Amino acid sequence: MTTNPKEFDDFQFDVLKEVGNIGAGNAATALSQLINKEIDMKVPQVSVLPITEIAGEVGGADALVVAVFLRILGDVPGYMFFVLNEQSARNLVKQMTGVQSEPDDVFSDMEISALNEVGNILSGSYLSSMADLTGLNMQPSVPAIAIDMAGAILSYGLVEISQSGDYALMIDTSFFGLEEEVTGHFFLLPDPDSFEKLFSALGVQL
Amino acid sequence: MSKIVKVGMADLNVAVSPDKIRTTGLGSCVGVVLYDSMIKVAGMAHVMLPSSEIARDKTNPAKFADTAIPLLLEKMEKLGAVRRRLTAKMAGGAQMFSFSTGGDAMRIGQRNVEACKSVLEQLKIRLVAEDTGGNYGRTIEMDAETGILMIKTVSKGVKEV
Repeated sequence: MTTNPKEFDDFQFDVLKEVGNIGAGNAATALSQLINKEIDMKVPQVSVLPITEIAGEVGGADALVVAVFLRILGDVPGYMFFVLNEQSARNLVKQMTGVQSEPDDVFSDMEISALNEVGNILSGSYLSSMADLTGLNMQPSVPAIAIDMAGAILSYGLVEISQSGDYALMIDTSFFGLEEEVTGHFFLLPDPDSFEKLFSALGVQL
Repeated sequence: MSKIVKVGMADLNVAVSPDKIRTTGLGSCVGVVLYDSMIKVAGMAHVMLPSSEIARDKTNPAKFADTAIPLLLEKMEKLGAVRRRLTAKMAGGAQMFSFSTGGDAMRIGQRNVEACKSVLEQLKIRLVAEDTGGNYGRTIEMDAETGILMIKTVSKGVKEV
């Protein structure tokens, strides 16, 4: 077996899918409590993509997205993104604050702060459930938020990975629900060296 | 009819007039564009990392400043471009997020810009315009007919250099 994501077998993918499922499930619960509404989520997609195609997953390299980004510190370093398209971000803010912003408005400081906090809570619950599951030490850095082109934002998390290969592993979870649709994606991009630790903590033979 | 040649992330390509050449969503990456106004050929590289020297995987020369720009030059020379006639423009190298911790990986944009400049200097290609830094993404497009580089951003509109 191997720690090169391109050569993972079905079983390894299933394990990663389950990791993504548990993390995102906890995050969805946290979101649901935050806005006091029911939230559904899809079974996570785990995929290995050429780094050049990641932006395509969220609507193309120049699609406008809101992304909360953090570095995972501890035993299995990596990056994590929580990405919303613009409309979903506006709908989510409306659920939280009761204020509906127009599609052409720039996001106000309060809206940006609300989105950053949502991203922070969701990523934090995602990570802590993963840490509980694996028994590994995983801590989030202070999150940062950006509203910009998807390619410009996501490429940031790929710098580390791109030094050692052209493929990234993506655990992508969508959740939806609410009166107006909110579709969000989590991207978990472990550093290449992190897979071995992650698998061995989960009892997967390498 | 002119078409638009697309350049992906860690990719490079050339366009001949009347075509245009474009790359989208430059963040910390740098878009380097070389232009030969005599034969109206434009070449573009979407550089992700400053140097191939420290990388564990070097299979894609278009990813690194030190290998992408010479390769782009070679491709353009095959189309009849002459090095001393070339001018360079570049855009990107932003710092999309700011963290108090992080170190070198966090200022990758700036390092990419510096690396591209030093490669251009070594190759004796004159840099005539740049729009680098900041904390926002850019989409760039050069018209091989005019050599004008259009730079589009989400919050700062469009400009031409």
